[in-house]
Amino acid sequence: MDDEELLRRFLTGDREAFRTLVQRYQPALLQIARYYVNSTSTAEDVTQDTWMAVLKGAERFEGRASFKTWLFRIVANRARSTGTREKRQVPTDPTDPVAGSRFNTEGMWKEPPVSFADVLAESESNSAVAAAIHAAIAELPETQRSVVTLRDVEGLSTGEVASLLELSEANTRVVLHRARAHIREVVERVAKGGREWN
Amino acid sequence: MELVRSINCRDAVALIGDYLEGKLARRDRRRLEKHLSGCDACGAYLEQIRATIALAGRVGPDDLSDDALGALMDVFDNFQRDRDADESS
Repeated sequence: MDDEELLRRFLTGDREAFRTLVQRYQPALLQIARYYVNSTSTAEDVTQDTWMAVLKGAERFEGRASFKTWLFRIVANRARSTGTREKRQVPTDPTDPVAGSRFNTEGMWKEPPVSFADVLAESESNSAVAAAIHAAIAELPETQRSVVTLRDVEGLSTGEVASLLELSEANTRVVLHRARAHIREVVERVAKGGREWN
Repeated sequence: MELVRSINCRDAVALIGDYLEGKLARRDRRRLEKHLSGCDACGAYLEQIRATIALAGRVGPDDLSDDALGALMDVFDNFQRDRDADESS
């Protein structure tokens, strides 16, 4: 069921519709809040306030932007105004984070990358793949985790991510590529493990 | 015909992030595409990154804990209770 239909339903008191939206978006809201504030408990408070604002303001939602965009803007604005964290340092070095040790002195691969086709094919039926990716995202620095969560997990555009996190688009791309490269390394370990992770 | 300077694998890998975001300058895009057309290893790396993006989207966010979900359902219940009280007063 799409977000806007769930919104219509919880406006009439449908508890399950609200629960579905919470399950769908709370992890991303928490991530956005955590990016701006200095503790998880403060971030949780910000997301609770956000859901309350959604309940109070849902009747005024006009559908000009998607529900998701509206929701993410609310949490970003609230977290930003809570503003308990100093500005984050963002890497601006576009150098690819793939370790230099993977290339020889001529800049060629010493050992070619393996195929992820099997991991991709089995990802829906194998919870170990999801667990590995969640763990890989969880161990990223906060800015990388925020960017990759919003861009690749939630499917926002780079421009939307940059705006929500107050980064330039160029910096967002650098951070995104570093985050993807880290997750790629983890998936490669899964892929090289062959069927052992089954 | 315009000459396209060759790049090595390390340089190619450094360009792939912006390539996937459609943000490479035309000259760099030509260099990368020329390299990719003759390099299976870098082609495999590009496919790995594409698969990584697909996997992140496919596995979705981590599940919410029961406590976290319960706290947010309390927000809903409190809101409903206040609204019902307002309507009946």
